[in-house]
Amino acid sequence: MATFRQNVELTIPALRRYARALTRDADLADDLVQDTLVRALRSEHLFLGGDVRSWMYTILTNLNRNRLRSLSRRPIMASLEDHDAPDASGSESGARDIERALASLVEDQRHALLLVVLEGLSYREVADVQGVPIGTVMSRLARARAQIKTFLDGERPTLRRVK
Amino acid sequence: MIDREFPVTEDELHAYVDGELPADRSETVGAWLAANPDQAALVATWRAQADSIRARYGAVVSEPVPERLQLDQIIKNDITYGRTRGRSFAAMAAAAALVAFIAGGSVGWYARAATSTPSAATDIFAAEALDAYRLYVVEVRHPVEVPGSELAHLKQWLSKRIGHDLSIPDLSSMGLKLVGGRLLPGPTGAAAFYMYEGPSGERFTIYCAKSGGPETALQFRSAEQLASFTWVDDKIGYVVSGPADRERLEAVTKTVYEQIDKSAPKKS
Repeated sequence: MATFRQNVELTIPALRRYARALTRDADLADDLVQDTLVRALRSEHLFLGGDVRSWMYTILTNLNRNRLRSLSRRPIMASLEDHDAPDASGSESGARDIERALASLVEDQRHALLLVVLEGLSYREVADVQGVPIGTVMSRLARARAQIKTFLDGERPTLRRVK
Repeated sequence: MIDREFPVTEDELHAYVDGELPADRSETVGAWLAANPDQAALVATWRAQADSIRARYGAVVSEPVPERLQLDQIIKNDITYGRTRGRSFAAMAAAAALVAFIAGGSVGWYARAATSTPSAATDIFAAEALDAYRLYVVEVRHPVEVPGSELAHLKQWLSKRIGHDLSIPDLSSMGLKLVGGRLLPGPTGAAAFYMYEGPSGERFTIYCAKSGGPETALQFRSAEQLASFTWVDDKIGYVVSGPADRERLEAVTKTVYEQIDKSAPKKS
């Protein structure tokens, strides 16, 4: 039992990183991690063995989807900042550009890309986390990379499709 | 010598960047890229994207973990944790907290019950159920009023309020555990609402209440990323809601349907 808890504890820094990149907001990210930890500890008896780390990513990814579902029922507030073109120079603006490029992705694509490039999960692991075939993970990755490229090239990003 | 037989696909380029190719194929693709500058530029772009993402967020792992995310704190603050471990004191504390929550929790529902204009009765019924699903499925700390561990009490309480002998299906064969239930205002009176949860956090709900409508077959509805099956049987309407994976939802619904059917007193 102690080892389960220790394994969960070891994932916290990486979960915070993933959540920060997903939400691009430190407080929101830690809320998400907190909910993930609550859920994981409560469901300890449901954990069937295997990789605790993948399981934690799965919970966080699902919670983030639920969060967005509830957000989508509220009126959408557009940030004034979004009207700035990605034009300033220097590393500071580079950081902001990649943030905005990530924000322009569809959620499932953002999950897939961040799990691979930031969290270092294999395609197989991401497929398990997202509950889809590997082929779907690969097409999400490909679309995410194409969208980020389009965004950073300063072309008018395609409008996000509302499902 | 390679691309004649095995041309390099775009999928492979992604796999190459992400270290998913076997070593020999990776080497081959590397050599192929040296002769294909356009594709090489694309690969370089993807690598640069990954670098900026890591540069922007990589340092988060070295930040100290805030106190509220320490496991001791999480356990201390989570009232239902003790309950799942079967500690009776914690269960009592949780019960006290739940009473406070019930008192303040459901006002908004009464305000909106009257606003829908009636069209097909089951449409309203299903819409109410999906709203309830959306509202409570995101709740981590207070998704239900009575936890699944108090099954007998839950069944008795909701049966009494709905005015029908309800059965609460056991979905453990589907990998779903009963989180618990709550009472909601339905389109024509009280509605019972049960929530189930899988190991990775997916949630399904069953919504049921008396329905004046005629008996119906299973009806499938989907909205945004969720979906539901609705039916009316013996004057009781049922709505099973969950994530929009139709196959999974259908399997869950089938189990629910069979169990309710089995437990119902035989008609005629």
